[in-house]
Amino acid sequence: MGKWSRRAFITAGVLAGGVVVFGVAIRPGNRAGKVAGLVASDDETVFNVWLKLSPDNTVTAIIPHAEMGQGVHTTLAMMLAEELDADWDLVRMMEAPAHEEYANYALAKGYALGEADFPAFLIDTVDGFFLMATKRMNLQITGGSTSVATTGQLGMRVAGAATRAVLLQAAAESWDVPVAELTARNSRIEHAGSGRSAAYADFAVRAAELEQPAKPRLKSPDEFTIIGTDVKRLDVPAKVDGTATFGIDAVLPGMKYAAVKASPVFGNTVKSIDESSISGMPGVQKVVNLGDAVAVVADGYWQAQKALRALNIEFTQNGNELVEQSDIYKQFASDMDAALASGDEIVDFEKGDADAALAAANATVEAEYRVPYLSHATMEPMNCTAWMHDGKCELWTGTQNPLGFAADVAEAMEMEPENVRLHNHFLGGGFGRRAFSDYAVQAARIAAEVTYPVKLIWSREEDMRHDHYRQASLSRFKAALDEAGRPTAWINQYVEKHDPEDAPHIPYGIDNQFIHYAESKTHVPWGFWRSVDHSLHAFFTESFIDEVAYAAGQDPYQYRHDLLENAPRFRKVLDLAAEKADWGTLLPSGYGRGIAIHRSFGTIVAQVVEVEIVDGKAIPRRAVCAVDAGFAMHPDGMKAQMESGIIYGLTAALYSDISIRRGAVAQSNFHDYPMLRIDESPAIETYIINSGEKVGGAGEPGLPAIAPALANAIFNATGKRIRELPVSLHDLTVDDPGKRDIA
Amino acid sequence: MITLNINGEDLQLDVDPTTPLLWVIREQAGLTGTKYGCGIAQCGACTVHLNGAPIRSCVTPVQAAAGQKLTTIEGVGSGETGLHPVQQAWIDEQVPQCGYCQSGQVMAAIALLESNPSPTDEAIDRAMSGIICRCGTYSRVRRGIKRAAQSLESAGDAPEVNNG
Repeated sequence: MGKWSRRAFITAGVLAGGVVVFGVAIRPGNRAGKVAGLVASDDETVFNVWLKLSPDNTVTAIIPHAEMGQGVHTTLAMMLAEELDADWDLVRMMEAPAHEEYANYALAKGYALGEADFPAFLIDTVDGFFLMATKRMNLQITGGSTSVATTGQLGMRVAGAATRAVLLQAAAESWDVPVAELTARNSRIEHAGSGRSAAYADFAVRAAELEQPAKPRLKSPDEFTIIGTDVKRLDVPAKVDGTATFGIDAVLPGMKYAAVKASPVFGNTVKSIDESSISGMPGVQKVVNLGDAVAVVADGYWQAQKALRALNIEFTQNGNELVEQSDIYKQFASDMDAALASGDEIVDFEKGDADAALAAANATVEAEYRVPYLSHATMEPMNCTAWMHDGKCELWTGTQNPLGFAADVAEAMEMEPENVRLHNHFLGGGFGRRAFSDYAVQAARIAAEVTYPVKLIWSREEDMRHDHYRQASLSRFKAALDEAGRPTAWINQYVEKHDPEDAPHIPYGIDNQFIHYAESKTHVPWGFWRSVDHSLHAFFTESFIDEVAYAAGQDPYQYRHDLLENAPRFRKVLDLAAEKADWGTLLPSGYGRGIAIHRSFGTIVAQVVEVEIVDGKAIPRRAVCAVDAGFAMHPDGMKAQMESGIIYGLTAALYSDISIRRGAVAQSNFHDYPMLRIDESPAIETYIINSGEKVGGAGEPGLPAIAPALANAIFNATGKRIRELPVSLHDLTVDDPGKRDIA
Repeated sequence: MITLNINGEDLQLDVDPTTPLLWVIREQAGLTGTKYGCGIAQCGACTVHLNGAPIRSCVTPVQAAAGQKLTTIEGVGSGETGLHPVQQAWIDEQVPQCGYCQSGQVMAAIALLESNPSPTDEAIDRAMSGIICRCGTYSRVRRGIKRAAQSLESAGDAPEVNNG
């Protein structure tokens, strides 16, 4: 029997072979105002969680998120197993298929029987929660660090608890004893009075017929036996012996390979193709003009790539080819000036009267920062295998948004959505890039020109030059200080706002604040990049507060600590990072130490970096990280995500610089878009605080604070303030590398 | 025709001798554990062993490997045939995240430990700096290598890696 409400249901059913499925589905709660249209449409669920209980007593958690290294399959399976009181050794996971029945709310509704209210706490929490992650929402998107906080907390745990409750009830009926006398443990039900014990599977079929509780009781943290432990990740064994299958590893009978080259200048199109330039080249099957790109299909990928390089292609010109990176920064500055002059500034946050406080200041501090475009550079370049056959399109790829991809391909190919089938794979890195379906649409369009399956692989160069980039930005600050050096005003203007909305906000107790922005569009495609707007604003705000602290003649940690008087949760995280990093102790000559703190996706992270300046170059030697995500479901996984955010963030801060030259991306591969490597990567220590506050994310929050912590450490070491990233633009040579720590 | 010996098996191939080994391993031999990352020997995802030494298969023409012993990630051990101590250490330390670079990391680590059974941090950094990991698993790679070194030491000597 299913439980159904306007917004959600819990249900169960028996499949062939005695396998029983239990499920929870939820659709958007508050559809009012701004939220409507940005989340799923009426016939889509926001998420949909199922578990299977098989006759051999194994439990399979069916997980609607992609595994891109964040360990989400394991953490979500843990959350389900915890509430189910399952034996972890009997728990399996399966990624939900990108199937219409998984996406379609109306179809899902058909599973449910009867009418009942769904737990109110679920409905409340669902309201608009995906807004911060994406404006193009489909059911299975993985992003915004939401998997654990939403799918896990609201879906996995509820599905596990509701299933456990009906299993207990079925056992009580079968044994004719009160439910209260039964215990559930390790996928078995026991009755102490009679000594009886039986596997969950023995009761599954009967349990599926019972009405599930509308409000299953969830465990409190002191009852956890699986959540909060360091179980081994389920995806790791396949990743050490080469058997893990990524999108690029899909193999189909009769498959051929495609290489593609899009117009280097965004927005331009193919003018002409001279196919005679590659006539007779071995293995070449077909040249496909995609309008804005050209693909070569060949028997092997190398043959396709070689022919594509030799192919004479001319692209149109539309004016974008005149744009230089310096023009973009100039445009930002003039658009900011114009917005100020005309009073067209868009207000982000306003409190008190910042202008008046500035006028009355004892001292003021001003600074301007800028950051470049960034590419994702996932280790696995974009790729998709497509096969058009029997009026259908099948896709094999790795994506953060399987249903969105299928929908986009259906639209591009003018097909019915049910005729597009996507097989998702492990993602060789996502970081936001694999939420954009351009490569899948290309693959489908190439496949439509041939009869066999085609594997499209973007070269590294294509991947870097046709990304969806983290925006470049400019940010200007003014602060006012009183006689004691405390800030009385905080004024910040920047260009280009995306998500999440709170990224430029500061946690500090400053009475007068005015944060606003100007729009300044460019022809460079934008995309979600790990932590999205937090990746730049944390650098801006946490660098500037550091400048303010130094201007006030105060220790940058103590200064922050004092300003967090009314933000005790922040203060605790900051203090822990400082304490563990030995803040205030002397460092060797040539070293510096910097601190930063930032909240993103519901998680507060403070980081301290120790940097060494070697031959004018910054090398981070130690990073200490304190994190409060409410509760760490999988502590080792949380640590891994902090390590990952730190390295990804340090790479960007130190080296990453996508610049526009003659309208196109100037960089092309790892020689000119270098990565942090093991010999320059710091020792990392992570300390977890389980505050019990609402659960936040892990995949992104480790990143934002690391760039300012590094830049602040560089200032501490050299006296040079980094106001433009990447750090590699600056010569950090100091004549007298004396001790600069003012602590 | 070119004869390649991959993981102990001979393979007769009718390919352009200048084709990079990487694509022959993946497409002709069907061994997809070796990955494409950059195509210009910058990232190390394509690392395999040629006569026991780590090489970048993306820039090595297939003819350069003809008649010699090639080992890919599939040849060093698996969950079914028994893991190499480096692979076991990778599980114990939970090294991989997305996992895409890890075949290269494991191949480089095995080659390091064969030439230097107890490497210092500096030696690890030197040997492993050619393999880029975007997920930032570097600190666990260091721990994994040290753990593998210990288990190899306590096992007496290194297990035979199937170099053909």
